[in-house]
Amino acid sequence: MKQLMIGNEAVARGLYEGGLSLVSSYPGTPSTEITEFLSAYGDIHSEWAPNEKVAAEVAFCASLGGVRAACAMKHVGLNVAADPLFTLSYTGVNGGLVICVADDPAMHSSQNEQDSRHYAIAAKVPMLEPADSAEALAFSREAFALSEQFDTPVLLRMCTRVSHSQSVVEIGERVATEPKLYEKNGAKFIMMPGNAKKRHPVVEARTAALAAYGEDCPFNRVEMGGTDIGIITSGTCYQYVKEVFGDSVSVLKIGMPNPLPEKLFTDFAAKVDKLYVIEELDPIIETHCKNLGLSVVGKELFSPIGEYSQATIRAAFGLPTEAVPTADSDIPARPPMMCAGCPHRGLFYTLSKNKITVLGDIGCYTLGAVPPLSALDSTLCMGASVSGLHGFNLAGDAERSKRSVAVIGDSTFMHSGMTGLVNIAYNASNSTVIILDNSITGMTGHQHNPTTGYNIKGDPAAKVDLEALCHALGINRVRVVDPYDLAACDAAVKEELAAEEPSVIISRRPCVLLKTVKTNPPLSVNEDKCKKCKKCATLGCPAISIKDGKAHIDSTLCVGCDVCMQLCKFNAIEKGGDRA
Amino acid sequence: MKTTNIMIVGVGGQGSLLASKLLGRLLLDEGYDVKVSEVHGMSQRGGSVVTYVRFGERVYSPVIAEGEADFIVSFEKLEAARWAACLAPTGRIIVNTQEIDPMPVLIGNATYPGEVLSELVAKGVAVDAVDALSLARAAGSAKAVNIVLMAKLAKYLPIPEEKWLAAIEKTVKPRFVELNKTAFHTSYDN
Repeated sequence: MKQLMIGNEAVARGLYEGGLSLVSSYPGTPSTEITEFLSAYGDIHSEWAPNEKVAAEVAFCASLGGVRAACAMKHVGLNVAADPLFTLSYTGVNGGLVICVADDPAMHSSQNEQDSRHYAIAAKVPMLEPADSAEALAFSREAFALSEQFDTPVLLRMCTRVSHSQSVVEIGERVATEPKLYEKNGAKFIMMPGNAKKRHPVVEARTAALAAYGEDCPFNRVEMGGTDIGIITSGTCYQYVKEVFGDSVSVLKIGMPNPLPEKLFTDFAAKVDKLYVIEELDPIIETHCKNLGLSVVGKELFSPIGEYSQATIRAAFGLPTEAVPTADSDIPARPPMMCAGCPHRGLFYTLSKNKITVLGDIGCYTLGAVPPLSALDSTLCMGASVSGLHGFNLAGDAERSKRSVAVIGDSTFMHSGMTGLVNIAYNASNSTVIILDNSITGMTGHQHNPTTGYNIKGDPAAKVDLEALCHALGINRVRVVDPYDLAACDAAVKEELAAEEPSVIISRRPCVLLKTVKTNPPLSVNEDKCKKCKKCATLGCPAISIKDGKAHIDSTLCVGCDVCMQLCKFNAIEKGGDRA
Repeated sequence: MKTTNIMIVGVGGQGSLLASKLLGRLLLDEGYDVKVSEVHGMSQRGGSVVTYVRFGERVYSPVIAEGEADFIVSFEKLEAARWAACLAPTGRIIVNTQEIDPMPVLIGNATYPGEVLSELVAKGVAVDAVDALSLARAAGSAKAVNIVLMAKLAKYLPIPEEKWLAAIEKTVKPRFVELNKTAFHTSYDN
């Protein structure tokens, strides 16, 4: 039966049909749904791991133990999992192993737009790259056989447009697989120098064998059309090429971007007059062509920045586009922002008001950077706030540590914040770390993590006690504050910054979007009492607007968190608005 | 046949994902090739969001570029103007007249451009302005704005009303089916 699936659901279906037994992942846009969809299959073990390195190692040793295993992560997650990846290339696998990595060209929800194909080249492992959901399903299913045939982990490169676009697929049956026997084999799996030296030549030979396989494999294909122009392309760019040119050009579609074959390229080049390479982000295929001595046009026409569309290709080839009238008025930007009732807001207001330097981290709370709160000073990568604060404080005088904090979410703290906190305690850093505990992994769409007390299926699980953990890591001053209580936030921040030892503030209140959270009736503004001071607007709450100088509360958005009430000196904000 | 391009735009959290799910299901059942592209993640937190729906005999690209959209269905007035450059010269904007202030307006750094629709009409753009919030409330819930707007779009697509109602039954949670069917029917006939 034909059905529509987003690419990530199709990957999940493909892995399932391919005989997957275990998946372990850490959520990250645009990869998250792969693991969420897999968790619905009863005959697969699925789990959220605290970070991508843990996930990759769980999946690898499941493979070592004899079953087909996978993990999924966003592009920057592969940085975290890179350590095992590079040596997994040497050990190879027992059961098939697939590592799904989703790039985010245009950075819809990411801090950089790195091209994961570099990892395939650097780690010397094969990579597959589907161009729509049907290919995502087929490639994922076939990836296990490829992994076992060539004794290698297989990377599956997704991107936002393939991960989050629905297209038509037809599902198939799950292949029957028996777990492989585990046999002790130190020469293959104990990567100490003497063994690893013998494995490296195996890796080089495997790459050569895979390149030969790529000459005539089901992942790469030639579609001959007109021969004036030949286009070599991969992934979602293939769709844009076909959209613009249809069959009027010839296309070499690459579904296995690493390793790349030679003869397939030189043969194709010989059949067309002019050769172009169209690929998102870095010139990987283009560089391969140039290494083969082929004359190609690539990044001089197409930017290494952002994602493409059919418009990109039309513009590059000088094809006409329609001119369209637009409105005369300036259209104000609509950036994402923290939700009405977001528990992060009260804490960020406190930090902003006290002019504290805030080293930020990755999550919904990165939105604390947006005006009017403008509370953040830096955001780098998962965990960097905590470790970075120590370095930042050391670079200044003793006063700096009394003016600076790190903020990190509960899930991000589990991911890679704990080690930074150990370093703060161990090296006697007078640093103050604020854990924004909203009881869920928020930005990626509400996934459980080790602090929530539930596993991926929503079943009860061991729950990390954050206070006890921080104490155990060597922090004596640990206190909990409700971020809806502005006076308590102010006192906590001032007292912990003044203390002459490391400290942790846990700002604890569940995400307001959680179904388990009961919200209050909306507030309203008493117009007679409003003195037009606009103090409430400094919170940056989407429910509060200024109309003719006076505050107005949108009753469809307000959840009655009362934070603005605490701020109003004129008691103009009152309970008892009507829910629309 | 020519591919038909529909953009669904609005503010994160307004329910556009259900609209695209309904549309995708319906078009697939009608035997078309369909692609639906949306973006999850950070932009959903109250930001400007866009979903592309394309259908025809064979659809390649999952996205719609400038000058290509046959329909822009906007859940909010300002967003219709933001994406207007994507409209084809023969295209039509179906827009909910509801105004949702973006952050620069909320904090007083910008004003809401209230006249954007008349500016577009003055330039010859086909605009169907719909008070979808009132129609949805009349049908029983403000949350049915998405279905109200889909019903307005339905008038222009070659698919009869009963097929839409059947698709609603397949995509909406059972307890919301009657509400959404009522909202669709009221809007379709209005």
